[in-house]
Amino acid sequence: MGTETTTSDTEFMPTFPDQWQRRHLLDLESLSAEELQAILNVAEQFKQYMGRSREKLSLLKGRTCANIFFEDSTRTRNSFSLAARRLGADTVEFSASSSSVSKGETIIDTAKTIEAMNVDLLVVRHRTPGTPHMLSQNVDCSIINAGDGPHEHPTQGLLDILTIQQHRGDLAGLTVALVGDIAHSRTARSNIWGLKKLGAHVIVCGPSTLVSQNWETLGVEVAYSLDDILPRCDVLNLLRIQFERQYTRPFPSVREYALLYAMNQERMRLAKDDILIMAPGPINRGVEITPDVADGPHSVILDQVHNGLAVRMAVLSLLLHQQETNHSV
Amino acid sequence: MSQILIRNGRVIDPSQGLDRVTNILVEDGRIAALDASENGQATTIDATDRIVAPGLIDLHVQLREPGHEEDETIESGTAAALAGGFTTITYIPNTEPPLDTQAGVQYVHQKATRANHCRVYVLACVSKNREGNELAEIGTLVEAGAIGLTDAMRPLHNTELLRRALEYCRMFKKPIFSHPEVLELTHDGIMHEGETSMVLGLAGMPADAEDVMTGRDLRLAEATSGQLHLMNISSGGSVELIRRAKARGVAVSAEVCPPHFSLNDQTLRSFNANFKINPPLRSQDHVEACIEGLVDGTIDVIASGHAPRASEKKMRELDQAPFGMVNLETTLALTITHLVAKGHLDWSSALAKLTINPARVLGIDRGTLQVGADADITIINPDVRWQVCAEEFHSPSANTAYEGVELQGRAEHVLVGGVIKYSVGKLL
Repeated sequence: MGTETTTSDTEFMPTFPDQWQRRHLLDLESLSAEELQAILNVAEQFKQYMGRSREKLSLLKGRTCANIFFEDSTRTRNSFSLAARRLGADTVEFSASSSSVSKGETIIDTAKTIEAMNVDLLVVRHRTPGTPHMLSQNVDCSIINAGDGPHEHPTQGLLDILTIQQHRGDLAGLTVALVGDIAHSRTARSNIWGLKKLGAHVIVCGPSTLVSQNWETLGVEVAYSLDDILPRCDVLNLLRIQFERQYTRPFPSVREYALLYAMNQERMRLAKDDILIMAPGPINRGVEITPDVADGPHSVILDQVHNGLAVRMAVLSLLLHQQETNHSV
Repeated sequence: MSQILIRNGRVIDPSQGLDRVTNILVEDGRIAALDASENGQATTIDATDRIVAPGLIDLHVQLREPGHEEDETIESGTAAALAGGFTTITYIPNTEPPLDTQAGVQYVHQKATRANHCRVYVLACVSKNREGNELAEIGTLVEAGAIGLTDAMRPLHNTELLRRALEYCRMFKKPIFSHPEVLELTHDGIMHEGETSMVLGLAGMPADAEDVMTGRDLRLAEATSGQLHLMNISSGGSVELIRRAKARGVAVSAEVCPPHFSLNDQTLRSFNANFKINPPLRSQDHVEACIEGLVDGTIDVIASGHAPRASEKKMRELDQAPFGMVNLETTLALTITHLVAKGHLDWSSALAKLTINPARVLGIDRGTLQVGADADITIINPDVRWQVCAEEFHSPSANTAYEGVELQGRAEHVLVGGVIKYSVGKLL
């Protein structure tokens, strides 16, 4: 399936889906299962390519991608930059503190100014949900949501799911538990939407102040005890406790959190033999996960990072290159 | 002797239990006669197929002047009020500086008189500088013409101060308008706390924040026998508390604003800041409880809650955008579209909540078409369908949740003191 076009005789080109309509990637909630799998398929092809070659591609030659990050980030920002450059695009960095935002420019004016510099795509991270959506209604270029507060982080969800698929194949029937501060986690939300669409059974687990019973109405299992659910889990995704986001402390101390929810050797004994241990970075060693587990045989944390690059290459190429191709047909 | 004959309209006056097709004669600024016959009167307004109602009264309008004239001025706001069918509005003192002096009250009265649009009654601050710590000089303010007291949109945080204010205002027979909200619970909140806020990852404002304060205010009103008016009720829990308090005979009145009987929290899925209001749009069960409260009389008043915000303020990240929605020019239509047309309220009940009931809260002789009353009259086209277009608003602010929405019903002629101030889309 899919049409193959070549830019040169020898350069690698992934097989794209027949139809791709989206110009933005703002969330996973609005994607269909087919769209999700289409991105994952392209990502897997890029991953394979990078396993055998470091050659830059020219798929997005002449295009410019700008990172607009209003929140601190090293890995996501670098991952997007690298992905764009691997595809032959130019990149531009923009961060809130060193910019005109501190002079009072509104975010829409900022985005429009950058767009006016012939930028084709904006990768946006902001602490407020809905900001990438708002921008997509006010600028013409493509927008990728790189994290909007606690709302969604679509490429993170995608790379997590890709990692699971690589180790386990079909998600249908798998039990995946997301552990930690669900209330404030965009990783949790994107994972929930993606996993459910592909047929996994999802459990959210954490302190009752951070895990709302309301998730049950959306078909997600709610659990407060990690020990109770461990024997059933095929995959654990250990979310980082975000000290910087919370207004009032939803749990009394870091130590208590670790006591109840840290993934350590003792808990590993309760887990399935082939359980996958995942975590979006950066991890608080000793809080959500102990070093021996993080570096142990069940951990696929580094795979996640590799997959991040592949997923972002897939998303960039789908939004920019495939869009163009569709239009010209 | 200037005479105006309003002929052949369906005259509905809840204050008199009146609902029939007849003529009204206006003479020298007053209602001269009902069932008057045509007599070559100088001016005639043909009200065939129209509803002739007492001039509508809005208990909750944020005019934003002084201090935020970029959002609205007394001039533009009173013009917008006429376009919305209101002959009288109540001014909320959330201004800069706050209205806690005689001079402040007089300033608003002068500006309103100069604008010469609708009538304006002024609510002055309960506390000095609207800080919620010390009582303002309420007697002086009342003498300057304040019709009631409020620190809206701030809640009266200090319970002892509210108790004292209710007791003190009793001797002036003036109401305290309270905005019930526990700030610690709504801290940083952007929308109603519920399933939708959970999915969107937006900080929530729980219904409890309103219910707890409503309960407190009701208890104090009961204990002090002071007159309390609860502003912008949005939560089913609050409606129930008010219902029970009224059953016990507590002197309380309450209002609901149109967003809370017409929209729910799902609208926030658009992340559009025009849906960001305080109190927030809640889940559908709360919307239905508010409608039920309007139906059984627990909620006496429909008020616009008009909170204009200049466009650039709303075109920002959701946590940066201020709360607020304009509604002077859409409240009547929303009442007709969502309550009357859907069969929840008949015309008389709906109009009561916009005329005689608000008048009674303020203790003023308005909201009636009794012979001898000032001729404040709103002539309504009940069936016309029209599309909301913010660009056409008389208000400089465009922060409406109803842009492009088709509504039913509109004010066609508005008379204030027997003078036609607004007619078929034009201010006069």
